[in-house]
Amino acid sequence: MTSTASGGDAELTGLSASELAAKISAGETSSEEVTRAHLDRIAAVDPEVHAFLHVDADGAVEAARGADEARSAGGAASPLAGVPLALKDVLTTSDMPTTCGSKMLEDWTSPYDSTVVQRLRAAGVVVLGKTNMDEFAMGSSTENSAYGPTRNPWDTDRVPGGSGGGSSAALAAFEAPLAIGTDTGGSIRQPAAVTGTVGVKPTYGGVSRHGLVAFSSSLDQAGPCGRTVLDAALLHEVIAGHDPMDATSIDAPVPRVTAAAREGAAGDLRGVRVGVVREFGGQGYQEGVQQSFRAAVDQLTELGAEVVEVSCPHFEHALSAYYLIAPSECSSNLARFDAMRYGLRVGDDGSRSTEEVMSLTREAGFGPEVKRRIMLGTYALSAGYYEAYYGQAQKVRTLVTRDFAAAFEQVDVLVSPTTPTTAFRIGERVEDPMAMYLADLCTIPSNLAGNASMSVPSGLSAEDGLPVGLQIMAPPMADDRLYRIGAAYETARDAATGGTLLDRVPRLEVAS
Amino acid sequence: MPTISRDEVAHLAGLARLAVTEAELDTFAGQLDDILDSVAKVNEVAAEDIPPTSHAVPLTNVFREDVVRPGLSREQALANAPATEENRFRVPRILSEEA
Repeated sequence: MTSTASGGDAELTGLSASELAAKISAGETSSEEVTRAHLDRIAAVDPEVHAFLHVDADGAVEAARGADEARSAGGAASPLAGVPLALKDVLTTSDMPTTCGSKMLEDWTSPYDSTVVQRLRAAGVVVLGKTNMDEFAMGSSTENSAYGPTRNPWDTDRVPGGSGGGSSAALAAFEAPLAIGTDTGGSIRQPAAVTGTVGVKPTYGGVSRHGLVAFSSSLDQAGPCGRTVLDAALLHEVIAGHDPMDATSIDAPVPRVTAAAREGAAGDLRGVRVGVVREFGGQGYQEGVQQSFRAAVDQLTELGAEVVEVSCPHFEHALSAYYLIAPSECSSNLARFDAMRYGLRVGDDGSRSTEEVMSLTREAGFGPEVKRRIMLGTYALSAGYYEAYYGQAQKVRTLVTRDFAAAFEQVDVLVSPTTPTTAFRIGERVEDPMAMYLADLCTIPSNLAGNASMSVPSGLSAEDGLPVGLQIMAPPMADDRLYRIGAAYETARDAATGGTLLDRVPRLEVAS
Repeated sequence: MPTISRDEVAHLAGLARLAVTEAELDTFAGQLDDILDSVAKVNEVAAEDIPPTSHAVPLTNVFREDVVRPGLSREQALANAPATEENRFRVPRILSEEA
């Protein structure tokens, strides 16, 4: 189907998850064949892309055979049965290591499967392996991985976004048709934007955090990634829903996101009110990103949506609040890495005390960004500074949430660019933490407020030919709106350009 | 806003149990200062009467039935330990030499 997907059966690796599921279901191919095609593709291109930290070829083939047997017996487990997936290495798996991109957890294997993984397995989804990420999900480029950066398939000198750059790159490199990410400040949506893929941060509490290694517990949320809106919707329905193992899980029916995606694909947005966030644009935003965004908004108008400008005056302070709240929670959560119960231990020579071993281990096991955030959080939570920093940040969080509530009185969804620039070059921002943090400027408000948010590709930036993302934000538990509007926009975009965005991704050199 | 000194970074590193190097003290002092400068705006934004939000979902008292459920076996719990002894986690000494 597409010439970009060589190395592995190109016809199979070029297909979407829903297309693959249909072919498997119809008996035109098997899950084993599809899985092997993707494993071959990974073997061919991952030496260059480095999307994966661990590939479980044997386990994947075994799971694929299980899916094929279930289908033969007349019982496909779900609409995605037999379809392969790439899993971010922050969700625990009992049969593969979970490193979180950190030396602290090198070779650590969890004694249990995260709820997301349990649900994937129950649905017959085939887990190919674990994808690279910024250490403990802290970063916007995947350069903070202790195991080396992932490269963006659109330009291998550039980052694939972060923290979930392995998952987004795996999709854009046709190594997997589906992926799981986690989004604390934009780690699903920003990588999706810069790789031309679709990523969704569901409503906070919509997907269980049980077995998701915690970074910032009040913000962390796992979600679906795919190359199409429909694929993300199908995956969303597999992983979402109440889980007694997560006390913050919402006990309510899962929004009907697949039905919404199908409805949206019909292309009628009459009666839908779309708000353009006034504060997200202008200075600091790349011109090609702004052009692409304006064109996307015009497209929504053409589809019948009523577009208005909406002011969310506190969104500009969301980044500041986030970089106090997230490090504070991180400093507390990462205290569990104490060199006593699991993970790395350094310097235990018989003479050193527990405290010394703990300090040496944490120094050796954590990378610079993680240390920076732990210390920032320790500072923000310390006596004398707590009110001025953490306390004030929590108040800003209230104001951001109120901005959303006021906006959703006027409109059904809000839109903005997902991130101010296209993919930056590897190494460009590593020395300047604040420049790196700006990549999450537009995505952070939805983490603070806990509402649902999606990035869907809006084309390529004129000046560098790199992908741009359109962010769509919906109220809590109205995730279905993202999918309806995202699918309508995607269909119109593809019709206008005569193909999907990823048809234009450069061909990767295949290792021989 | 306060500037973070090298000594303060050393104190924070101690609290956070990070045996940072001398070079890191210099780097982190500058960077933490920059970051705190940038985020200090939160002080000017929110008025006294704004309530804080600690969590996006207003849940309270999530209970479950008080019934015994299976947990990790001792072998599973100890499987990832850096050191074990007599079916327990082995830790370095806790008390100082003088104690």
